[in-house]
Amino acid sequence: MKECNYTQLKERAQELRREVIKMVGIGKTGHIGGSFSLAEIIAALYFHKLRHDANNPNWEDRDRLIFSKGHAAVIQYAALALCGYFPKEELGRLKELGAMLQGHPDKLTTPGIEANTGSLGQGLSIACGMAAGAKIDKKDYKVYCIVGDGELCEGQIWEAAMAAANYKLDNLVAIVDKNKLMATGPITARFDNNPVPEKWKAFGWHVIEIDGHDVEQVVKALDDADEVKGKPTVIIAHTIKGKGVSFTENNPSFHNGALTEEQYHAALEELATVEGVDAV
Amino acid sequence: MKMMNQRETYGKKLVELGEKYKNIVVCEADLGKSTMSYMFQERFPERYFEMGIAEANMVSFATGLALTNKVAFVNTFAVFASGRAYDQIRQSVAIGKFNVKVIGSSSGLSDFGDGATHQAIEDLAIMRAIPNMTVLAPMDAIELEKMMDVIVEYDGPVYMRVNRNDLPALYPEDKPFEIGQPVVIREGKDITVFAHGVMVSMALKAAEQLEKEGISLRVVNVSSLKPLNQEKIIQYAKDVKGVVTAEEHSIIGGLAEIIPSILKGTNTPIESVAVKDVFGQSAQSYEELLVHYGLTDAEIVAATRKILGV
Repeated sequence: MKECNYTQLKERAQELRREVIKMVGIGKTGHIGGSFSLAEIIAALYFHKLRHDANNPNWEDRDRLIFSKGHAAVIQYAALALCGYFPKEELGRLKELGAMLQGHPDKLTTPGIEANTGSLGQGLSIACGMAAGAKIDKKDYKVYCIVGDGELCEGQIWEAAMAAANYKLDNLVAIVDKNKLMATGPITARFDNNPVPEKWKAFGWHVIEIDGHDVEQVVKALDDADEVKGKPTVIIAHTIKGKGVSFTENNPSFHNGALTEEQYHAALEELATVEGVDAV
Repeated sequence: MKMMNQRETYGKKLVELGEKYKNIVVCEADLGKSTMSYMFQERFPERYFEMGIAEANMVSFATGLALTNKVAFVNTFAVFASGRAYDQIRQSVAIGKFNVKVIGSSSGLSDFGDGATHQAIEDLAIMRAIPNMTVLAPMDAIELEKMMDVIVEYDGPVYMRVNRNDLPALYPEDKPFEIGQPVVIREGKDITVFAHGVMVSMALKAAEQLEKEGISLRVVNVSSLKPLNQEKIIQYAKDVKGVVTAEEHSIIGGLAEIIPSILKGTNTPIESVAVKDVFGQSAQSYEELLVHYGLTDAEIVAATRKILGV
């Protein structure tokens, strides 16, 4: 198990959020809410857990990370840029015609992206196939897959869940970003797909529940998943959609919303420091 | 006439290719005994994935395998491949041009007994509409085997039809299959018939019949619906008095629309033999169904006469 500097990860998470705000910019829509709920998880993955090499994105032995909730790609782009997969300037060209960074992940255009996702429900199946491919090749890399809790309404998620258990894909870790909001409002009020942990248990997965904004819990869960044999692991991360900025938190209008100039600057100000960490 | 079964040839060929290509993997959705992918399972169980009755997951799962440098063959009936898993083929596979071969088995009306829910008459139209897809419909088992040698080497998504029933095996052994290239199966000078699948053999029968009356049909096998060498189509259409398209497919989105769109502006008379815009149904035999929907040599003869006015 690698040593972990939790303070650094917390700072990285805030840095990712700041980059997302800068990418989305003023007056343009972007998936801020579902990216912010993932900030600590993505920081823990890219800056601690994943075995990867930005200079060799197609390294055969790398761990794979698939965003099944492809709409949160902006925070993955931020992480990839900070890791050095491509120049940070590309972040400023998000969704421009002909740009590397598409509205949803595109493996053909973006180094570090592993699959084309965006049509919800498909990324977990792709991740399962990769994990099965690793087993055929007797490779020890792991496949991580970020799934939204709204996405759990997709039937294909449960097809994939059955397949992963059937093929004993213990090299696969799904992370459910349980931020409790779908695009149009609270999941419990609109289409209640709870209870979530029980469903995964019934489908044959090892289930870990954590606070997805607590980097220590995130790292521990990822490490614990390494010890599980014979079945896939799902980490159900309880998160807050829009976490980190007061007016985006739990606010469905920032699922794919635009910031005013005032909000833009206020957000960056709120994200300038990390709660519980002394400013540097 | 030598009769051969495409799916039997498919099953055997998949095993043969599996010996040569260690990176071939096969996914199946509980139709292995029908699609004959079971043969691969028997020989290479470690590279065979029974995915349960879950076609959507199967296609995306195969994409994941392809992303680990495998050539992934996905098997189900054509109607489910092109319908149930359409979004997965579009989103997971085609946008990224990943190396997944979607095999649409029991294509067209060939699953005669099972009726409308199991008969794929619009699969080629659906698959053709997806960018990056290569769409193939072999005329017989001989061509299918040649096709498989090619698609396994081609790095990208392919949809290939497989017919369920024994069909005349007429593809010239010496002619290679090339993606995009229509192939002249019989030369003629009055009318050109562009056909794929079982309708190529129907066209050959029609040609024999019309020859007795001094009418000469050129029969062109258009098994590669996409991509398609348009110059060749124009070439085969310009020295005749008209063309007939013939296919075991809906009149929407297949050769009945492809050929006129290529020949537009040439004033070439065109007649089409296809399934009109209706679903299939159950029947006691394949032949009965083909006759009912007008997919016969007689219809090709009639279309020819209509153009020639004889």
